[in-house]
Amino acid sequence: MPMRDIRLLHEMFIPGTLIGPFTQANPGLGGVCTFVGEVRHDHGVEALELTHYEPLTLPGMHDLADRAFERFELMGLLMVHRVGLMRPGEPIVCVSAAAIHRRDAIDAVDFCMDHLKGAAWFWKREKRGGVWHWIEPREQDHADLARWRA
Amino acid sequence: MITIVLLGKLADLAGAPSLQLAAPLDWTGLRAALPPALAEAIQDPRNRVALNGALLADKAGLQARSGDEIALLPPVSGG
Repeated sequence: MPMRDIRLLHEMFIPGTLIGPFTQANPGLGGVCTFVGEVRHDHGVEALELTHYEPLTLPGMHDLADRAFERFELMGLLMVHRVGLMRPGEPIVCVSAAAIHRRDAIDAVDFCMDHLKGAAWFWKREKRGGVWHWIEPREQDHADLARWRA
Repeated sequence: MITIVLLGKLADLAGAPSLQLAAPLDWTGLRAALPPALAEAIQDPRNRVALNGALLADKAGLQARSGDEIALLPPVSGG
């Protein structure tokens, strides 16, 4: 049974506290690849807020994990995403993949991140100068997704 | 009653993250019951609709009854 840990978190988290136990839970792995995304210190950004829709967001992440397991030879997958109010410098996402061979681990993390960024059910707004602004979808996100359709 | 959940900038147009409307509702009835700017915005094909957590392939075919939840979903901005 592959190790699988897919979660939405409403509070600040410390990625190391997730990655350590995840690695330990996959004895015999050949490699583990981890990506941690943090709220960027963009000019003037005071806060970031991520909204989700419960019936779609977490099931969508599980569906993404299913596709990652189908596409890559994985032993385990950790996919954790923050929702709610965040400050610059706080971790927002952590994806870690364990595999026998490095390429599967690296590509699975890349695949999950592109889909989380471009197709997951999150709506994001940032606060600048005390005013909230919704973030529009970016062309680059669609281009990143298209890489996996070939 | 039917619960309308509004995500992203659609919540701003509604002035609230959720609304309660009288049942039943079809697409025309829903649009008639919403503020005009929101009724206009949800016509945009990029804005999707879910009924009880399931995306509708054809939102114009919406049929909601008492106790149902309709979610109005603008394009995602990504994680």
